[in-house]
Amino acid sequence: MFNNFFHRMASPKHFYGLAGILIPWLAVPCLLLTLAGLYYGLVKAPPDYQQGDSYRIMFIHVPAAWMSLFIYIVMAGAGAIGLIWRIKLAEVVAISSAPIGASFTFLALITGSIWGKPMWGTWWVWDARLTSELILLFLYLGVIALNNAIDDKRTAARAVAILALVGVINIPIIHYSVEWWNTLHQGPTVTKFDKPSIHLSMLIPLLLMAVAFKLYYAFVVLMRARCEVLERERNSGWVKELAEKT
Amino acid sequence: MNLEEFFNMGGYAFYVWSSYGIALLVLLVNIIAPLRQRNKLLNKIADTARRQARRNA
Repeated sequence: MFNNFFHRMASPKHFYGLAGILIPWLAVPCLLLTLAGLYYGLVKAPPDYQQGDSYRIMFIHVPAAWMSLFIYIVMAGAGAIGLIWRIKLAEVVAISSAPIGASFTFLALITGSIWGKPMWGTWWVWDARLTSELILLFLYLGVIALNNAIDDKRTAARAVAILALVGVINIPIIHYSVEWWNTLHQGPTVTKFDKPSIHLSMLIPLLLMAVAFKLYYAFVVLMRARCEVLERERNSGWVKELAEKT
Repeated sequence: MNLEEFFNMGGYAFYVWSSYGIALLVLLVNIIAPLRQRNKLLNKIADTARRQARRNA
């Protein structure tokens, strides 16, 4: 029975319907948390004693950077599941994650650059953190390009999964880059073992935005996955029926 | 805090607001793109089905 349940859940038709129900339930809390995060981050939190108000870029920059790593791990994990167990839905999730991951990586880089100009006096330095994050962007773009280059969806998914898995080596490099190398980028203030060295008034909006971004990824990946399912299943009866109704 | 101070961001208005603006733009595009793609796909699939039905008739 258990097995049956999973098979039914993973059937494209069932997934399409379930995702459609889930999307608003994820999108509305995401919007509310974003508004709360913006309020606490832009209005309530005091200016930083060294950086003034410029540090408020952090509330976008840091959650976006976290998401860039998180989505990559999800993408590579889903890719591996698709590769090993040939589960179509895992392939769909992997490929649907790539453009969202690329977007967050782009955001982390561009907001870091905009933050770097007033604080470091430069838009860009080739330090370890920035360079490895730029490589992450290229990995995402590589995944998207490779998927587009191969016509057969299932062959493409296999190729993409292998590329994504090879690229996983970059993830610990990004995470530990600020500890392994002496860089211009500051070290971690939240994800370290002793107490976070950030005041609660700044930690609250940061975490609100982090959760909001997670929810954002969840509903946007479902939206993209639905499109991918439609395209893959375009010859099946239920998709034609759905198309004729619109 | 008054509104002018808020928008001024302690002199960092350009940096703070451009960051938030770009983020908003990128996040919105990622929502609009799959919505448009879904409509396009469904239209295309319906078109193909109609053409097939006509050929069979």
